[in-house]
Amino acid sequence: MSQLLLDVNGLTMRFGGLVAVDHVDLAVKNRQVVSIIGPNGAGKTTVFNCLSGFYIPSDGSVVFNGEQVAGMKDYQISRKGLVRTFQHVRLFSKMTVIENMLVAQHRHLKTDLISGLLKTSSYRRLEQEAMDRAAYWLKEMDLLQFANREAGNLAYGQQRRLEIARCMVTQPELLMLDEPAAGLNPNETKELDELIVRLRDEHEISVLLIEHDMKLVMGISDHIYVIAQGAPLANGTPDEVKNNPDVIKAYLGEE
Amino acid sequence: MQNNKFLSALFAAGVTFVLACLMIGVKLDTEGTELAVRGATAEQWGWIGLGIGLVFLSQLFSNQIDAFFGKLPKPKLSGLLPEEKKRAALKPWLLAALIVGMLIWPFMVSRGSVDLATLTLIYIMLGLGLNIVVGLAGLLDLGFVAFYAVGAYTYALLSMYFGLSFWVCLPLAAGLAALFGFVLGFPVLRLRGDYLAIVTLGFGEIIRILLNNWTAVTGGPSGISGIPKPTLFGLEFTRRAKEEGAQTFHDFMGISYSSSYKVIFLYLIAVLLVIFVIYLINRLMRMPIGRAWEALREDEIACRSLGLNRTTIKLSAFTIGASTAGFAGSFFAARQGFISPESFIFIESAIILAIVVLGGMGSQIGVILAAIVMTILPELAREFAEYRMLLFGLLMVVMMRWRPEGLVPMKRPHLELKS
Repeated sequence: MSQLLLDVNGLTMRFGGLVAVDHVDLAVKNRQVVSIIGPNGAGKTTVFNCLSGFYIPSDGSVVFNGEQVAGMKDYQISRKGLVRTFQHVRLFSKMTVIENMLVAQHRHLKTDLISGLLKTSSYRRLEQEAMDRAAYWLKEMDLLQFANREAGNLAYGQQRRLEIARCMVTQPELLMLDEPAAGLNPNETKELDELIVRLRDEHEISVLLIEHDMKLVMGISDHIYVIAQGAPLANGTPDEVKNNPDVIKAYLGEE
Repeated sequence: MQNNKFLSALFAAGVTFVLACLMIGVKLDTEGTELAVRGATAEQWGWIGLGIGLVFLSQLFSNQIDAFFGKLPKPKLSGLLPEEKKRAALKPWLLAALIVGMLIWPFMVSRGSVDLATLTLIYIMLGLGLNIVVGLAGLLDLGFVAFYAVGAYTYALLSMYFGLSFWVCLPLAAGLAALFGFVLGFPVLRLRGDYLAIVTLGFGEIIRILLNNWTAVTGGPSGISGIPKPTLFGLEFTRRAKEEGAQTFHDFMGISYSSSYKVIFLYLIAVLLVIFVIYLINRLMRMPIGRAWEALREDEIACRSLGLNRTTIKLSAFTIGASTAGFAGSFFAARQGFISPESFIFIESAIILAIVVLGGMGSQIGVILAAIVMTILPELAREFAEYRMLLFGLLMVVMMRWRPEGLVPMKRPHLELKS
């Protein structure tokens, strides 16, 4: 039994009288792909926003690597190694691909102003390391030839990959992907599938996934949580979830 | 569609007519103690009519005009310039030649031109400072002149009350302006775009009104005069030494007195300050902090998700931008020898912002060029007298219509990866 990387208990988010997320529990172990599925408006993205600190949860605990992170600021959480992407691609579109990758390493470039202004050797070494890391991940994502292109000019699928590369270069332990397959063609979806598996198996990180593409979800998930109308509906392995009558009802409606 | 075009052309002509009537057609004159309204001459009316006709026709046929300009072959600059690698090798030599040229040039031209060049250099400094805030960090600041005022008054007041010299006050002024930038930064952290613009506009006015009304300290509307000029290692540039025991520059050098030494000396200080500021900002732009400013402009939410603390990034942009203005301000006070709140009105902020936008947001060369254009053009257009500002406005409209990205759009740095 591997240790829990992310342990969420009773996560609740209220907006005034509206309960968007109602006592959701999640558990992600090391080197696992865990998916959250549910109908539109079920509160999946709200869960992401709570976990990543964009919202402060109204109730419940979020323990990441044995540390309570609920209530922390967004940038503090992501520095702990919990990084996310967005439903709509959010790149620094006027900046080049490589600059996008360097911005993401801001906190690794712990250089003071003076050494940067004088271009000291330690500053240059750190900058070179950052460039190397960026080059490594661009190569992994097959984006190296676009390194000096403006990010906004890339094709949509490439932008999606760049967003993931930009997260990976921060050296996270848990990568949260919000509908990464949205807008991708079947071919690109297959590549994404392989990429996520590679991230788990070779780079040894965990992935928390929100996705509507059932083929993708069922194929790669180690565990699936189903949310409907903000409340947990079911969870289990892909097979268990697939055959759960409640899940079928929520997706297809009652007969 | 055609009908629509006709209507909009008619509307534009109508607007031109109303504006022309108000600005050129009617003039107020004082006759003794009375105000008299005087109409324009027949010749002026002829010109107004021609202008209205032109606006009407250009609006009516705007599609055709655009198509015509679109068809014109674009000059191929890339073919004229040497290759990328050769250019990179030439760059330091060109830079050195430019700096040497700037240092020699004032000895060959008239005093007036040197003075104008000094003013231009002040605006370059201001433009570069605001470029950090608006061009890089994307925070629209309409009250930038406040920091300029803080810098100017810091030097003026410190030298008046405590007799501190220009060289001591220069870093102090930059520091104090930075502090004001920091203080303004806090309440506006959560604001963006229009809202931020309004708050900064208010801040600019607060500073000006404060300077105007705090008569006991700042002298109020009558300002502060007799601000000492900078000295060269204690050598003064006046005819006779002001302080007991001080020496003047011409005595020390054993040459006869000339007032142009002072002008040239001020110019040279300005050149050095500008080079220092350019170097500083150029480095900052290529450092993590500079990239973070731009990232914040592009997407604040993505920044937060990547572990960037927007508070420190925004505050640093405000602080460093403001300190540049403080620099420019204290130099301005030293050059003028007299400052009053009149020098720091809103139109100054607007001009600095125009420099940044016309030059190309984020582009240093663009901002420098725009600052030169914006200060020299009004001087060249002096013979147009009262229509000067009209021309000025026209230039801005034309620029934004045909080159919205600015004179020299920002070029992204090309980074080599070894792979």
